[in-house]
Amino acid sequence: MIGLSHYLIVSALIFSIGLMGVLRRRNLLMLFFATEVMLNAVNIAFAAISHYYNDLTGQMFAFFIIAIAASEVAVGLGLLIVLYKKYGSLDLDDLASMKG
Amino acid sequence: MMENLVYIALFAPFAGSLFSALFGMSPKQTFVGIVASSLLFISFAASATLAYHVYSTGAAVHVTMMEWISAGDLTIPFGFLVDQVSVTMMTVVTLVSTVVHIYSIGYMDHDKSFNRFFSYLSAFVFSMMILVMSDNFAGLFIGWEGVGVCSWLLIGFWYHKADQPREENPSISPSWAANEAFIVNRIADLGMLVGLFIIYWNVGSLQYDVVFAAVPELSGSVLNAAALALFIGAMGKSAQFPLHTWLTDAMEGPTPVSALIHAATMVTAGVFLVIRANPIFSATPEVSFFIAALGTFVALFAASMALVNRDLKRIIAFSTLSQLGYMFAAAGLGAYWIALFHLAAHAFFKALLFLGAGNVMHAMDGELDIFKMGGLKKAMNWTYIYMGVASLALAGIPVFAGFFSKDAIIETAFNEGTYVLWAILVLTAGMTAFYSFRQVFLTFHGKARYDESTLHPHEMYKFVLIAMSPLALLAVIAGFFMGGFQTFVTKLLPDYVMSDHTHHLIWVLTAVVLVFAVGGIWLAYKKYANGLKRDEELENSFIYKLLANQYYIPQFYEEFITKPYAMLSEHMWKDVDMKIVDATVDGIAKFLYKSGDGTRKMQTGNLSNYLNWMALGSVLLLVVAAISAMLS
Repeated sequence: MIGLSHYLIVSALIFSIGLMGVLRRRNLLMLFFATEVMLNAVNIAFAAISHYYNDLTGQMFAFFIIAIAASEVAVGLGLLIVLYKKYGSLDLDDLASMKG
Repeated sequence: MMENLVYIALFAPFAGSLFSALFGMSPKQTFVGIVASSLLFISFAASATLAYHVYSTGAAVHVTMMEWISAGDLTIPFGFLVDQVSVTMMTVVTLVSTVVHIYSIGYMDHDKSFNRFFSYLSAFVFSMMILVMSDNFAGLFIGWEGVGVCSWLLIGFWYHKADQPREENPSISPSWAANEAFIVNRIADLGMLVGLFIIYWNVGSLQYDVVFAAVPELSGSVLNAAALALFIGAMGKSAQFPLHTWLTDAMEGPTPVSALIHAATMVTAGVFLVIRANPIFSATPEVSFFIAALGTFVALFAASMALVNRDLKRIIAFSTLSQLGYMFAAAGLGAYWIALFHLAAHAFFKALLFLGAGNVMHAMDGELDIFKMGGLKKAMNWTYIYMGVASLALAGIPVFAGFFSKDAIIETAFNEGTYVLWAILVLTAGMTAFYSFRQVFLTFHGKARYDESTLHPHEMYKFVLIAMSPLALLAVIAGFFMGGFQTFVTKLLPDYVMSDHTHHLIWVLTAVVLVFAVGGIWLAYKKYANGLKRDEELENSFIYKLLANQYYIPQFYEEFITKPYAMLSEHMWKDVDMKIVDATVDGIAKFLYKSGDGTRKMQTGNLSNYLNWMALGSVLLLVVAAISAMLS
C-alpha cells in the first residue's frame, strides 16, 4: 500500500534533486529547470498532504503554484533571451559583473 | 523702581562686556574703554542709590528674575537680594571697578588687545556682582565660577609670553600662572560644592533665608561639615594657606587686573561667603576658631614673605594675603561687621596701591624690581602721594582708613581672650608697616638705581591720576564712617561690641599697635630712605633665603604634588588609557573591520555562489529551528 510517507519521500527526493541542480548548475536555463523541479516537488507534497487530510486547500495551493510558475517561466525566459542576446552566453561564471 | 535699579546694577557690566566683545578682534578703539567704563559707572550709581535706599528704609530689596532650575523638589530661582551686606559689597566692587576701568584706558593704551581686555574686565565685575547679589547658594556658586573663569582669562591675558625657569621668574609665565590660579580654585571649589550638597541634603533648599532659618534644627556634625566645606571653598578664592600660591603668581596679569582681583573681585569673595553665611559659622564655634587661627597664621605668614620680596607687585600681593588673614580672623572671631568693614576699607587702599604700582611699572618700562628703582619721587609726584597714602592706610596710621578697621580686628582678638592671636596680629601690624614703607622708600626715595641715560620715568596720564583720586580720598576718610557703617550692617549681621574691660584698655591697645606700626615705618625709614645698602651676609642667611623663596612652598608643591601627579597621569595615559580603554574600543572596531574584510570575499558577483550561500543559510536556519523545537 502506498501511503503518505512514500509521497513525501518522493517529494523530498525530487526537491533535493532540484536543489542540487540549483547549487551545481552554471547555466541559467538549467537553473530555471531546477527551480521548476523544486516547485513540482512541493506540489507533490501539497497534493499528498491535502489528500491525506481530506482538505482541498493544499491542492488549490498546488494549482496556484503551477499557474504562477507558468507566468514566471514566461517572464523569466523572456529575460533570458534578452540576456543571451546581450552577452551571448547564459553561463553564470561569465555573467559575474558585480564582484565585490 | 528699586527692582530696575537692581537689574541695572547687575547687568550694566554685562552689557559693557558684550559691547566690548563685539570689537574683541579689532584693533584698539578708545571708545570701547569709555563705553565699558561708563556702563560700570552706571552700575556704581545704581548700587549707590540702592545703598542709600537700603540705608534710609532699612529694608532689603529682593527680586526674583525668573525660575532657573525646577526639578522635583529642587527649585532654584534667579533671585537677587540687595540687603545691607550685599549692597556694601556692590558699592565697593563697582566703585573700585569703575576706577580700574578708567585706569585701564590709560594703562592698556599701547596694548593691541585693548578691546578684548575690557570685555574680560567687565565680565569679571559682572560675575562678582552675581556672586554678591544672589539670594541663594547656587547663584553664588555661578558667580564664584564666573569669577574663576574671568580671572583665568585675565591673569593669562598676555598668554603669548614664554615660560621662564622659576629662578628667573617665580611665576614662570602668564599662562602658567593663570592655569595655577584656575586649578587651585577648582580644588577649593570642590569643597564648596560638597558644602552646598550637605546643605541641600539636610535643608532641602539653597535659598539663604530658608537655610539660615533651618540652622538651629541641624545637628552639630552636619553644621560643622557644611561650615568646613564652605570654608575650604573660601580658602581657595581668598588664597588662604595652603592654597595661597596662586595669588602672588597672579601678578603675571596686567596690573589693573591685579588691582581688581585684590581689591574688589575674586579674593574678597571668600570673606564675603563667610560673612554671608554667618548664621552657619556662628553655630560652629570650632570651625570659626579654626578660621580665626588660620587667618591669623596667614596674616603673619604672608607678611613675613613680603619683608624680603623685591618685586613691587608681589609685595602688595603678599600684603593682600596678609590683610585677608586679618579679615578671616575677625570673621572667625564673630566680628562679621568688622571683617566687612576691613574688606571695604582694604579694597580702597589696596586698589590704590596696585594702580600706583601700575603707574610705576608703566614709568619704569615694565621693571618691577624695587632694588632697581629709587628716586622716582621727583618724576612721579602724584603717584608717590597716592602710594604713600595707601601705604599709610595699610600700615594702620591714625586717621587713615586702615587704622580703624585693622585696629578693630586686633581689639577683637584681645576682647575674645585669644591673646596669642592678638600678639601675632600686633606683630604682623608692625611687619605690615615695615614692608609697605620699605617698598615706598625703595621706589621713591634715595638715588636712582636704574640707568638714567636710557630710562626716563614719566608720570601717568592726567585723567588716570584724577580717576584714582576717589580711592585716595576714601583711603583717607573711610575710617570716619565706621560708626555709621556699624549701625547700618548690624541690622543684618550680628553686632559685635567690645566688653567693658577691653573698652577700658582701648587706648593702651591702640598705643601698642601704633608703637609697632610706627616702629615698622621708622625701621624702614632708617634702612631704606637714603638709598639701598645691601647686606650680603643677611641676604645669604638661611631665613632670608627661606622667606625670599616663599618657604620653598611652590617648589614643594612642584616636587611633591605636580610632578608625582604628572607621572601618575602619564602612567594612566600610557598604561591604563592606551592599553585598556583605548585597546577595548579599538578592538571592537578592528574586529568589525576584519570580519567585514573577510566576508567581503563572499561577494563574488557569481549568482551560483550566492545561491549556494543561500541554501547553506536556509539549512542552518532549519537546523536551528529543529534543534530549538526539540529542546522546547
